[in-house]
Amino acid sequence: MSEELYKEMAQSIIDGDSEKSVELAKKSIELQMHPLDTITKGFVVGVNYIGDQFGKGEAFLPELVMAGEAMKAAVATLEPELLKLGEARETMGRVVLATVEGDIHEIGKTLVGTMLSASGFEVTDLGVDQPAEKIIGKALEINADIIGMSALLTTTMVRQREVIEELDKEGLRPRIKVMVGGAPITKEWAEKIKADGTSEDAVGAVQLAKKLVGKE
Amino acid sequence: MSKKIKSISDPKLKLEILTTEEVQKIHDATLWIIEHVGVRFPSKRALEIWEVNGANVDHEKKIVRAKPQLIEDALKKCPPKYILAARDPQQDCSLDGNHVYLGTDGCGVEVIDIETGQKRTSCLRDVQEIARVADATEEVGFHWVPVSAQDMPVESRGLHEIKAIWENSTKHVQTESIYNAAEAKAAIEMAAIIAGGKDKLRERPVLSLMQCTAPPLGHDGGSLDAALLAAEAGIPTGFMTMTACLTTGPATMAGTLAVGNAEVIAATALLQLAYPGAPVFYAAAQTASDPRSGAYTGGGPEDFLFGAATNVLSDFYNIPLSMGSFATGAKEPNWQAGLEGALSTFMASVVMSDMLLGCGFLHGSRIWSYAEMMMDCEIFSIIHKMMQGIVINDETLALETIANVGPGGHFLAQKHTRNHMRDIFLPQFLDRRPYSEWETKKDDARDWALAKARKILKEHQPDPLDEKISREFDRIIKSVEKQT
Repeated sequence: MSEELYKEMAQSIIDGDSEKSVELAKKSIELQMHPLDTITKGFVVGVNYIGDQFGKGEAFLPELVMAGEAMKAAVATLEPELLKLGEARETMGRVVLATVEGDIHEIGKTLVGTMLSASGFEVTDLGVDQPAEKIIGKALEINADIIGMSALLTTTMVRQREVIEELDKEGLRPRIKVMVGGAPITKEWAEKIKADGTSEDAVGAVQLAKKLVGKE
Repeated sequence: MSKKIKSISDPKLKLEILTTEEVQKIHDATLWIIEHVGVRFPSKRALEIWEVNGANVDHEKKIVRAKPQLIEDALKKCPPKYILAARDPQQDCSLDGNHVYLGTDGCGVEVIDIETGQKRTSCLRDVQEIARVADATEEVGFHWVPVSAQDMPVESRGLHEIKAIWENSTKHVQTESIYNAAEAKAAIEMAAIIAGGKDKLRERPVLSLMQCTAPPLGHDGGSLDAALLAAEAGIPTGFMTMTACLTTGPATMAGTLAVGNAEVIAATALLQLAYPGAPVFYAAAQTASDPRSGAYTGGGPEDFLFGAATNVLSDFYNIPLSMGSFATGAKEPNWQAGLEGALSTFMASVVMSDMLLGCGFLHGSRIWSYAEMMMDCEIFSIIHKMMQGIVINDETLALETIANVGPGGHFLAQKHTRNHMRDIFLPQFLDRRPYSEWETKKDDARDWALAKARKILKEHQPDPLDEKISREFDRIIKSVEKQT
């Protein structure tokens, strides 16, 4: 019985069907299945499958994003059950994402957030136009492992350096790792401002984040 | 060096990419989007203007919804023709629907160093040198700020950049890197000094401003404020949509055209509501994101189709168009760069887009290459030649000469041949040598293009800008730096 249900769960993620994944999550609660089993034996199987297909160039980005959202919806449904049991889903790490102050261009950052969530990171996305103190404040509040910052303009990418300098001043590194991204961001820039790394796309950002938390 | 600017005009080729009914359908869809979904205008001034004119303004979300009539009436006030004035009036660009001009591409962050061949961060000196090389070529009609002067202060960078171009070229400057009120004010002041006063600047706008939209359906507040200041001063102003199928637009090209169109015409209408009759242009560089990664592609069949379709839209609104062309995703000057440069520029040219932006970049408008710039110029020249089509008349049919030669002879010794041999396009960078010659040298277009750019940079001295004007510019720039 539960084998069948696990398969359906995986399929709901592969189909990127949030309604279905939530429905199945609720059903698993009714059937008193262990929420961690539901996640790892059911939904995660779907995420991994899409991830593999994406890696091979078979699945496209929208499928990955929709799978990520279906996964998020299912996990959110199961979260209260996990809390009741006093258990937490194992997370790859906590990440605060933001587009820096003065910049409103966030599509790349949002994409990185979705991919990180789908890969098991706990992501807090602050959105656009975020000053250093807000980014750092949030990172401390949620005990973040990583801060990720994006910028599209050469006039705003300097803000990435400000955040890093502020973190250094507060002695928060290397506890908090910093990754930077955005169209004008180069490897050289990341090195120059002493970021812990950069990636040109969302797939690379996930690999980088895993490396930064030592879970490659 | 020649002061002449090469532009495509009186085209013989035509392409019907959208029917009248299809354009109307896109327009209707666009008006529906503006009325029902709305467009975000995060600028206090912009929202006030919309509100005064009766649009529905959601101040909290900064979203404007406007009735079709308001948009259509405002757009009717756009002037259909005007000039982009140059420091040297011989080099004015006439945006009259019958000219296609090439500009340098803009906003790059790295440069392939012309001497070392190494990739490095762009700086002010690059802006100066690229402007100087562009000044010498007849293909480049006007400038964008090609790369970012990353060694200059953030708050005045855009001003250092336009100063650098004016000091190194007599051609028109269009900046795409001034997107806040403080810099826009200062830039207008600088332009007025060159034009000889604020009134003269209206007649001879030596500067124009291009602002990027923030797709989907949004704008940047600083950009809106800068554009409003420019429109007030009579400086040609355009909004560029770079909506991308799949990410910032629907996966379908029609939907992406409508989203981008809503961004551009809503902002254009705003300028007309504030300053009726202000010179405006439509700007676009739509694309399709790569479905496997979401990456910006910088080329591909969708880009080429957008390149032709957008001019039909700007013609519908009767305003000039600045269209993204070239800007390949290739990492070095290669097959992909040639393919994307040629097809994008052909498609944008065959419909007579007024401005093509532009030459010189690799890796999706990030890395400047002088060799690429020179080869892009040659692509433009080839398309320029193609657009003249085939002339059919008694002289070109050459019946007398054909009779003279008769079956089996040759045409090399004919007077008619001598008279017309220079009609044939002479490439600078196409390899037509014997194989054996190539085999000994193993060089190609990239080497020759780079050599040409090096030669220009070494030899070309543009007409200097009056030193007094440069000093005035310094004063204006300093005052902006002091403010912050």
